[in-house]
Amino acid sequence: MFEFLSRLFSVGKSKEVAKERLQLVLIHDRNDIAPEKLEALKVDMVKLLKKYLDIDEKGIDMNLERRNRSVALVANIPLKSSQRPVRGRKKNG
Amino acid sequence: MDCRIIVITSGKGGVGKTTTTANLAVALASEGHKVVAVDGDVGLRNLDVIMGLENRIVYTLVDVIEGTCRLNQALIRDKRINNLYMIPTAQSRTKDSVTSDQMLDICQHLRKEFDYVLIDSPAGIEAGFRNAAAGADEALVVTTPEVSAVRDADRIIGLLESMEKAPISLIINRIKPDMVKRGDMLAVQDVLDILAVDLIGTIPDDESVVTSSNKGEPLTFSNGSEASQAFLNIAKRICGNEVPFMDLSGNQKGFFSSLRRFFGK
Repeated sequence: MFEFLSRLFSVGKSKEVAKERLQLVLIHDRNDIAPEKLEALKVDMVKLLKKYLDIDEKGIDMNLERRNRSVALVANIPLKSSQRPVRGRKKNG
Repeated sequence: MDCRIIVITSGKGGVGKTTTTANLAVALASEGHKVVAVDGDVGLRNLDVIMGLENRIVYTLVDVIEGTCRLNQALIRDKRINNLYMIPTAQSRTKDSVTSDQMLDICQHLRKEFDYVLIDSPAGIEAGFRNAAAGADEALVVTTPEVSAVRDADRIIGLLESMEKAPISLIINRIKPDMVKRGDMLAVQDVLDILAVDLIGTIPDDESVVTSSNKGEPLTFSNGSEASQAFLNIAKRICGNEVPFMDLSGNQKGFFSSLRRFFGK
């Protein structure tokens, strides 16, 4: 049944995977931004941000994304203080 | 008519540049145009064997450039059809034997004699490609529906744009309609979504391409196979005719065969 549904909606088809991977890799190719470069930028940015904010380094999520016809650098940088409400639960996990 | 000089390129190797060059050269000649196919892959010459003209080579492109012979002496006339010629390249040389200016110069001479000059580019984005593209006005980019080939096509399209080649048209080769239908191969539209370029041809994966290369007879000499028809269609589109694209979505076989495929035979 799952196979039937996935056939119907072409979910998880290898061509969808191919398309997604291609679109991502071409964003990097076209803008001449290798993943290493993005990583180096992240390290520098963390250094800078730390001067001003108490950020949660492990929670940083930074990527190039395609938005309509342009490409944006999208970063999600959580602050440590904002995690306070979940801290109690985190102890166990 | 004004001569059009077209480079056939891809970035990635093995996607069908030489096969495309040979078949389009034959197809354009059979449309009544005077055509020359030039092997631009110095050191790895192959257009001669694909066209079945390997036993007729006396002089090569490099001989012309070095002044060993005149341009006319390196032109091999294909006796199977009127108005078709081929210029082989040197096998025992490297890509450094030719410069962009020299290619440009040769192309300018060919421009006076022919309706179409098709240049078969080597794979890669280095000197060999740049030389092959140097004298061309337009470009045909060949790709297959695979991530590596599409990625390289994107790169080469960027380079061709910076070299101000126009138009740049895309040929998608080796499409397997059954796989497309299953969702296991990028469909034509998927590739077009990714590469912002005009489509000029879609070619199904066809075993007759292999047998024709075994024999050195480009498919377009006879109109028997799907791939042959696809190449003939591309030639017509190059000449400015509107020809509908072949349906390679795997949906053309009818409801019952799809049902059978759906239930695993």
